[in-house]
Amino acid sequence: MAKKKADAGPKAGRKSSAGTQLDLLPPAAPAKGARKSPPAGPAATKAPAARAAKAPPAKAPTAKAPAKAKAVRSHRELEELRDEPPAPPELAPPKLRRKATAEQMAQRQREISVSEFFSKNRHLLGFDSPTKALLTTVKEAVDNSLDACEESGILPEIVVEIRGEGDRWIVSVEDNGPGIVKAQVPKIFGKLLYGSKFHRLKQSRGQQGIGISAAAMYGQITTGKPVQVWTKTGKGRPAHKLEIQLDTRRNVPVVLSDEELDLAKDHGTRVEIEMQADYSRGQRYLLRYVEQTVLANPHLAMTFKRPNAEPLHFPRAANEPPKEALEIKPHPYGVEVGTLMLMAKESKSRDVRSFLQNEFSRVSGGVADEILAAAGLKKSLRTAQLADDRDLAEKLRKGILDTRIMAPSTNCLSPIGDELIRQGLISFLSVVEDEAEEPELDLFEGKAGSRRGKRKAPEKTSEEKLAELEKAAADTVPPEPGEEIIKGKKFFIVSSTRPPKVYRGNPFQVEVGLAYGGDWPQDRTIELYRFANRVPLLFQRGACGITDAVTKTDWKKYELQQPRGGLPVGPMSLLVHIASVWVPFTSESKEAIAHYPELLAEIRLALQDCGRKLAAFIRKRKAAAYELKRRSIFELYIEEVSRSLHELTGADRAKVKDDLLELAREVTGGEETDEILDRVAEKQQRKRRRSDEEMEMEEER
Amino acid sequence: MATRDQQAKKTLAKIEALAKGVVQDVKKRKSPRLTVPLRTLSNVHFNAKRKIIELGKDRQDRAFFNVAQAKKFMQTFLVASACKELLEVGKTTSIRDLYYMTKHTLGDTKQNTFEEQDESDPIIEDLEVTVDALREELHLFANRKGLMVGPMTIIDSGDTIDLRRQGSGGWGVPSIVEPSVISFGKHEAKYVLLVEKEAVWSRFNEDKYWKKEQCMLIHGGGQPPRGVRRLVQRMHAELKLPVYVLVDNDPWGFYIYSVVKQGSINLAYESMRMAVPGARFVGISSFDPERYKLPEETAIRMDEGDHKRIKQMLEYPWFENKKWRRELEAMAKNGKKYEIEALSRRGISFITEEYLPKKLRDKDYLE
Repeated sequence: MAKKKADAGPKAGRKSSAGTQLDLLPPAAPAKGARKSPPAGPAATKAPAARAAKAPPAKAPTAKAPAKAKAVRSHRELEELRDEPPAPPELAPPKLRRKATAEQMAQRQREISVSEFFSKNRHLLGFDSPTKALLTTVKEAVDNSLDACEESGILPEIVVEIRGEGDRWIVSVEDNGPGIVKAQVPKIFGKLLYGSKFHRLKQSRGQQGIGISAAAMYGQITTGKPVQVWTKTGKGRPAHKLEIQLDTRRNVPVVLSDEELDLAKDHGTRVEIEMQADYSRGQRYLLRYVEQTVLANPHLAMTFKRPNAEPLHFPRAANEPPKEALEIKPHPYGVEVGTLMLMAKESKSRDVRSFLQNEFSRVSGGVADEILAAAGLKKSLRTAQLADDRDLAEKLRKGILDTRIMAPSTNCLSPIGDELIRQGLISFLSVVEDEAEEPELDLFEGKAGSRRGKRKAPEKTSEEKLAELEKAAADTVPPEPGEEIIKGKKFFIVSSTRPPKVYRGNPFQVEVGLAYGGDWPQDRTIELYRFANRVPLLFQRGACGITDAVTKTDWKKYELQQPRGGLPVGPMSLLVHIASVWVPFTSESKEAIAHYPELLAEIRLALQDCGRKLAAFIRKRKAAAYELKRRSIFELYIEEVSRSLHELTGADRAKVKDDLLELAREVTGGEETDEILDRVAEKQQRKRRRSDEEMEMEEER
Repeated sequence: MATRDQQAKKTLAKIEALAKGVVQDVKKRKSPRLTVPLRTLSNVHFNAKRKIIELGKDRQDRAFFNVAQAKKFMQTFLVASACKELLEVGKTTSIRDLYYMTKHTLGDTKQNTFEEQDESDPIIEDLEVTVDALREELHLFANRKGLMVGPMTIIDSGDTIDLRRQGSGGWGVPSIVEPSVISFGKHEAKYVLLVEKEAVWSRFNEDKYWKKEQCMLIHGGGQPPRGVRRLVQRMHAELKLPVYVLVDNDPWGFYIYSVVKQGSINLAYESMRMAVPGARFVGISSFDPERYKLPEETAIRMDEGDHKRIKQMLEYPWFENKKWRRELEAMAKNGKKYEIEALSRRGISFITEEYLPKKLRDKDYLE
């Protein structure tokens, strides 16, 4: 499943050997968290246990809600600082620093059991309800697979399967990834907070290394069943099947069984977790997750096997793996004082000048000199001094901000790309439109059912025929540039990728894709799909900066309706993707993007670009429909006028009529409209022929 | 005077010419269009010399190949064709009848050529102004209303009718009163009295006012129809009879007087034939209630619509007359209106025995 996890660096090893796996919090955060919550019992304040319990990543929204920027920053700190358990002295409240107290307390400090932590905090990990448990498990497994495949340059092929009944379900996720070295399997699936992505500044999906093992533990707690893992790392190598249980008290994996077996595929991993869950209520979210993941990952081939339904196959829309996102060093502008000090502590550089050059991007010797000069610090300042002196660090930080430093390189970003967004939307719609045939799925909150409210009228009036004609005409017109025929319906698809931008030293890039048309209803709010680093954001739509940017765009300019302060209304789906080494989420639950003006402005620019193209398309189509309508009105009246003129003047009725029809043709788009009508006629004839043939076959039988 | 037949031929020629123009255009592949004189306030003006409202020169293009005008274009020829039929067989019919004659479903739609009579009536008026033929000349008439009695003999479609012997019912004024249909015989009338409504007309008839006063007594049931207006105009013009108008004391009543005297916006093109610039307003004047001591409770409080109408009327160029303005301004100031019947408070025949004779004697009227 995750090669990445397999080769988790020496840091992780170092940390686990220190026996403080639960100390998952950056020191800065727990200090705050701990202070805010009243101490629970004697072992409170500074004990690692208390820290672990109070400030795992997802906790942040409540603990740090007032300062969004900080909440987000801590996410990065997590990555960088996790290895260093002790609290940075300058951030901890003074009373916690009294050595005597700490020593006394140390007597009472003991390791908290993982299961205790977990059962108290499952909501932080996405297991707060049986409905959400399935989604979280699938999401963690799929994210891992995708990250691993991307890193090893494999085009991913993932099979997600849900089986079971009632409240017992098995989640199975299988990939064609690089596989996992057997020795690493137990730790990855049977130990919390073991991973490779935590320590790097890079655009990736997963981060904390908590997800899949938490899912395994959730399964174990609710069913008592171990997690099962099949993995194979290469052709000719043996495959392994392992059953792993978590020793929840000590947070160590226990391998229950280990057998060697043959697997047909060359490499890949499959994980199966049995758990208590609510599939009937959770399926909607699962489906959305799967579909939207496919949408944002056009290089992914995905199969979703569901209980009591046909499996969904999403074919690969792109045969190139995405450009691999490169790991970058932090840019000085984005680093805050606490981080600076910790980095200094970790650094092998002897003096601050080389520390700046080695640990940050875009800092040359000259730039480092400028920074030091601006900060009023000596060139010979030693890194160790910086690590211990908050004042020095403050000065350095100020010096950094006063110095002009080149923006970070943006090659660390891996956007989906204009063309692939297009392909992704096409393949997404191909499958989703099929789905709409099954109204019981209720995929888009009732859309599916109502969309196909076909009713056979006994007699068609000309108005109805005109409406049909218009529709048929729209269907027969060869696709305009940008239009795609998907399952017999036409969609206008357009996308826009903004150039990379930098905010606070963090490169980011915005992409927008838009699909319009089909037979989606005209009077409904559009579908908005939000993504961050190719991961769909399924919740907290209202709190998200992306939603904000969409509602603040004037869609009326682009021929859509839009209620005041709301999302636009019309037959449209909108995809917004933000790629960044560091996505500014509103909270650690990673469900909504923060409202950064720079980010919102970029989103709006991309939306406007797509909007302009959409408007041009809609206007063109409206004009064609208008000509069609005009002609049909004139033709209706020509009958009357030619009769009256004949009665009044004795002129030849047929001749007058022909002349008028010819005039009508000229004034209503001439040949273009003719062509539309010809195509409609041809189509109708084909239809008639087909039904005639069917009738004959009926009769023969 | 042209006979009916000759008149019909003339009208037929006009209609056919209109249609031929369109056929020619179509043959030449020119987008067919009609030009219809505008019948709106903006296109009427008051001819101060003739003292009548006249239609201006503004015309509206009605192009067939214009989505907004196509239907009206089609309807115009539908009506024209129906009129041709009427003219050819020498029959006349009501505009309601014409609505039914021309109403049918379009092709296989749910649409009709006309949905309501409200849609066909203006088309008839458009046709009248477009071909410069009057409704009567198109052999059409509106639902008739209006009664007349008086010391006069007339010939109506060849029948001699003595208007002195019409009992309590009176002679119904037809829609078409052109010389080809109605001609005047012997009479002793000294003037024409046009009252607003039938109830008042009945009082005057029962009291044999017309006999005593030697006048033609006629009503038009509110705003008088074309037949009544045209007949009054003919009596005025051909028999040189003065015309007096008796209406309610409210803006609508006063506007009836204005229409009789100077014509209306909608039928501005008919003013020449229908307006009676010499018509006189005898009442009820806004100053009468005080002068004739009408008790307070006979008044009706004016509502917002009444006030608005007065304001609107004061803005018409043909309401420049200072005395008229005084009437309307006093009405607005009092905020009260009085029906003619309010005078009955002073006695059932007060109006025929005292009020009107005194007014005429004192020449207490507006012109």
